[in-house]
Amino acid sequence: MNTQPSQTVTGKDRYKSGVMEYRKMGYWEPDYTPKETDIIACFRVSPQDGVDPIEASAAVAGESSTATWTVVWTDRLTASEKYRGKCYRVDPVPGAPGQYFAYIAYDLDLFESGSIANLSASIIGNVFGFKPLKALRLEDMRFPVAYVKTYQGPATGIVVERERLDKFGRPLLGATIKPKLGLSGRNYGRVVYEALKGGLDFTKDDENINSQPFMHWRERFLYCMEAVNRAQAMSGEIKGTYLNVTGATMEDMYERAEFAKELGSCVVMIDLVIGYTAIQSMAKWARRNDMILHLHRAGHSTYTRQKTHGVSFRVIAKWMRLAGVDHIHAGTVVGKLEGDPATTIGYYDICREDFNPMRLDHGIFFDQHWASMNKVMPVASGGIHAGQMHQLLNLFGDDVVLQFGGGTIGHPAGIHAGATANRVALEAMVFARNAGRDYVNEGPTILAEAAKTCTPLRQALDVWGNVTFNYASTDQLDYVPTAQVAG
Amino acid sequence: MRITQGCFSFLPDLTDDQIESQVQYCLDNGWAVNLEFTDDPHPRNTFWEMWGLPMFDLKDAKGVLMELQACRKVYGDRYIRLSAFDASHGWESVRISFIVNRPQNEDGFRLERMEGRGREQRYTTRAYATDKPEGKRYS
Repeated sequence: MNTQPSQTVTGKDRYKSGVMEYRKMGYWEPDYTPKETDIIACFRVSPQDGVDPIEASAAVAGESSTATWTVVWTDRLTASEKYRGKCYRVDPVPGAPGQYFAYIAYDLDLFESGSIANLSASIIGNVFGFKPLKALRLEDMRFPVAYVKTYQGPATGIVVERERLDKFGRPLLGATIKPKLGLSGRNYGRVVYEALKGGLDFTKDDENINSQPFMHWRERFLYCMEAVNRAQAMSGEIKGTYLNVTGATMEDMYERAEFAKELGSCVVMIDLVIGYTAIQSMAKWARRNDMILHLHRAGHSTYTRQKTHGVSFRVIAKWMRLAGVDHIHAGTVVGKLEGDPATTIGYYDICREDFNPMRLDHGIFFDQHWASMNKVMPVASGGIHAGQMHQLLNLFGDDVVLQFGGGTIGHPAGIHAGATANRVALEAMVFARNAGRDYVNEGPTILAEAAKTCTPLRQALDVWGNVTFNYASTDQLDYVPTAQVAG
Repeated sequence: MRITQGCFSFLPDLTDDQIESQVQYCLDNGWAVNLEFTDDPHPRNTFWEMWGLPMFDLKDAKGVLMELQACRKVYGDRYIRLSAFDASHGWESVRISFIVNRPQNEDGFRLERMEGRGREQRYTTRAYATDKPEGKRYS
């Protein structure tokens, strides 16, 4: 496919008025070698029937950079060859007829420094509605170090978060308060208190808990902080609750965040739906105010889940690390929400590693250097329970927040018991792993042993021990296990 | 009450053999093991007193256990924690930390409230033990 030579028209003919194919305008450059300073994107292109895949890919390069539908003479007032997005490689997607991976390189000058809004306006701004395409998906991006360095990155980062919380050597534990709607501030605080006192490190507002008739946000904050402080005094341990400051305007969010700070909270929370600019503003606020910033990826499945169209979550994860959040929900594999294991591990690597080597079997299309940017703590949340602890520890390691919402609050002996069951299961599993046991295979035995001295864990295993969510993922990887150089 | 700082506080107190298994894990990872003690268990009390320097060059878990015994002989009435430090780039901090000795009676904490304007409250957590001077708190 890459043998189709460059067809770029040069000289006077290039700027003759009228419509010209994108591949002839300089957007298909198979001989181009991306520069170290280029931003690279990999798209999955599904051309309409009869549309040449190279032309479709060149059109994506054109429409996401300088092109419009017809030739314009004003290109000649610019260094237009530099500013053109250059599609330099198109590969058929293995096992998916009619789909192609198109690699496009963009010059660094096309982008404003430190702005996800600008980046996304360029790369996904126009091109997804382009008629000659049936569908389009942004699979992955490579950012040069020079560009990475223009971002603040996570306000706190994994290491400093652990230092502040004084919690090392094990995953953190959380729970989302349920029911997510309807509790009064006083009742809500009760759930927070029981869960934290029982052994969780964090509790969490859900994405749609903002300020509703049943619970004004100030009531929630006041009762939650009463619960946090009481639980701290009862345990001698730092506790936190993600106070969701998502609001209608930045002014509302700043007001809520300031109140959370005044009350002594160590963490605030935002939803992905507030938008990239608002997220970056809150990341700066969090850095200024020594606050951990939790991001709930509310809404992402509308564009991340179907693999032919939208934006892969691995791209969103990269954008959010640049934007500066400290926590991001990144999937559970074993829980109730979408998540292919290899794909999910790819997301976790993006959050936590300083260098991501290209790994097509994990969905990582490019080498990515993070240049010592702070790391994001991934959050595994949704339909997980104590009986899966060995699997969770094996999949995700230590630097993750495991959130057991129903698995804490739905415990037959109460919230406190649910929290204790999860904490004991976790500590027993970490201990066994460190002591050299084959904890993945012996997991159920290790849990049963720990349950001998912990009735709440015994009860949890009896209720949920066999619950699984086994459905085929809609977002599995398409690759052949041979080396493919991604440029 | 039982203070639940550190990563194994919800398990029954660790035996020395169990502690040794965790120390071995730390050494296998190339981390430096460190012993610290305190009689001020406030959750924000970061800097416990160091029992010597971190054992950077020690390769034998038994040696750490001997240091722990020595520390217990002097400060057995206090909290002692074992932590391991990872100096590798990108972490350069503690990797694991757990309590290996507790006072016989853990008094716990009092939560003090100062009523502010409206419904706001200022909270202070105070260990009952720290009403007494250092060294006389758990003896």
